[in-house]
Amino acid sequence: MSFISLLWVLLLGSLLGLELIGKVPPTLHTPLMSGANAISGITMLAALTLIVKAEGNVPLLIIGSVSLGFALFNVVGGFFVTDRMLAMFSRKPSNKK
Amino acid sequence: MNLPVIIKFVIDLLAVLLLALGIKGLSKVKSARDANRLAAFAMSLSVVGLLSYYLGTSGIAIQSWIWIIIGSILGSLFGAILAKKVPMTSMPETVALFNGCGGMSSLLVALGVAIFPISGGQENFDFFKSLINEVSISVSIFVGAITFTGSIVAMAKLQGWLSTPGWTQSKVRHFVNIVFAVASLIAFFDLINGNTSSIWLLVVVSSLLGIGVTLPIGGADMPVVISLLNSYSGIAAAAAGFVVDSQLLIVAGAMVGAAGLILTQVMCKGMNRSLVSVLFGGSLSAQSTTSSGSGEYTNITSCSVEECALTLEAANKVIIVPGYGLAVAQAQHTLREVTKKLEQNGIEVVYAIHPVAGRMPGHMNVLLAEADVPYEQLKEMDVVNPDFPATDVVLVLGANDVVNPQAKNDSSSPLYGMPVLDVQEARTVFVIKRGMSAGYSGIKNDLFDLPNTSMVFGDAKKVLNDLIGELKDLGVGEK
Repeated sequence: MSFISLLWVLLLGSLLGLELIGKVPPTLHTPLMSGANAISGITMLAALTLIVKAEGNVPLLIIGSVSLGFALFNVVGGFFVTDRMLAMFSRKPSNKK
Repeated sequence: MNLPVIIKFVIDLLAVLLLALGIKGLSKVKSARDANRLAAFAMSLSVVGLLSYYLGTSGIAIQSWIWIIIGSILGSLFGAILAKKVPMTSMPETVALFNGCGGMSSLLVALGVAIFPISGGQENFDFFKSLINEVSISVSIFVGAITFTGSIVAMAKLQGWLSTPGWTQSKVRHFVNIVFAVASLIAFFDLINGNTSSIWLLVVVSSLLGIGVTLPIGGADMPVVISLLNSYSGIAAAAAGFVVDSQLLIVAGAMVGAAGLILTQVMCKGMNRSLVSVLFGGSLSAQSTTSSGSGEYTNITSCSVEECALTLEAANKVIIVPGYGLAVAQAQHTLREVTKKLEQNGIEVVYAIHPVAGRMPGHMNVLLAEADVPYEQLKEMDVVNPDFPATDVVLVLGANDVVNPQAKNDSSSPLYGMPVLDVQEARTVFVIKRGMSAGYSGIKNDLFDLPNTSMVFGDAKKVLNDLIGELKDLGVGEK
């Protein structure tokens, strides 16, 4: 991938992000922020790449592993916590006791 | 193109599509939960794509597998445990913590690539081979470090572990932060010049910059900061994407970065603050002590829970204005008991939700939903404001700045121009509050001085419990 095409990817990704989130009811801002936050843990892919390419370099393996741990903490925790919040909205009013 | 490359390409494309659909779906109440799962699925898919690509091309050494498994298990385990255990009221600080760790991850990746040039024939992977690599490594470290330390400071402040030190409110802080920023810039150029050791300088000063920028910001503005840092962590991820040459990372990071910016803007609007004043203005209360906002209350009417119950019983329409104080007292369930009784008596009950009620937009909705309040009863500010003149009783529970009429009437007030709920238009207003302390902004609330406002002093939960008792005595809700 050339640098220029990566820049295009960056630009289009940003525009997509701006468009996607344009109209969100305030109710969903906190869950949305938390969900988007979980997605930002996508750096786990970079950490994985680092580990795979370390080729027996132990310090690098450790850095990659710690990085992967931080990223997954972000991803797993983020999605779970978002789900917990959203679970409260999905209860139907008729279920009220 | 050989097969593994094609497979990875298809999987990446699919993952981007699903992530975009996930974010989109998160914007509607109905689809939000499924959308969240979809996004989670897309993330796992992307991992499968990456691993299968390496298995199909260079292979993955046993040693690598071991470290992958160690990192994955520990990270996921702690993340899942925290997510399950944390109370709903601490949501903002939890998001801050997760966010900081995402930033840390990007920082470590860039650091790893910078310190240990990776051999192995990938043409784009040679350390400092091109300017682009150097720049993306620097950006990843810079933004990652700011995200990490900034988020941790934000979390600590929200948890009450850290207060705002006095010196951070003086002009000194700008000087200190400028020094950090300039030092980062120097380290950045030094790094590009090929001086590898200055990478540590970059790590240290950008970390300090993150602390220096976040520390002076008051509690009221913290949600904006968290949202902004959330955007940063997306940028850090995108920068890491340039470092390891991954389009998927760049797209996902850019999407989160852009989305975070929009959210930040929305929050600023709701609080009538510009981003610039949030970031550089210091704590709002520190300014307002010298402005016209402060002053003595002259006409406070206080009343008992009994009077409050009597008025409520006679009402036709009641609007509840919940604020963060309600959440702190964990009184949302008790509140629901009270409103159930009123509804059983044929009284119309509506909850007026200010855009920044709680600590983040939508935070209050989550807390009320937790207490089984029907979603249809939650009305947003623009919808509910015209209803106040036709309302008999307004109950303000732990909200303060968002019902301050100063925002409309007093052009010298720091709150002036902030959208507020026009509760003073209602026939009677009860403010349930622990004492006369000021709200987040530290500004006097003119509402409390109005003749149709009565204060009911006490802890929200205790007052509501007493209210249930009084309503029972009056026979409300027991047909």
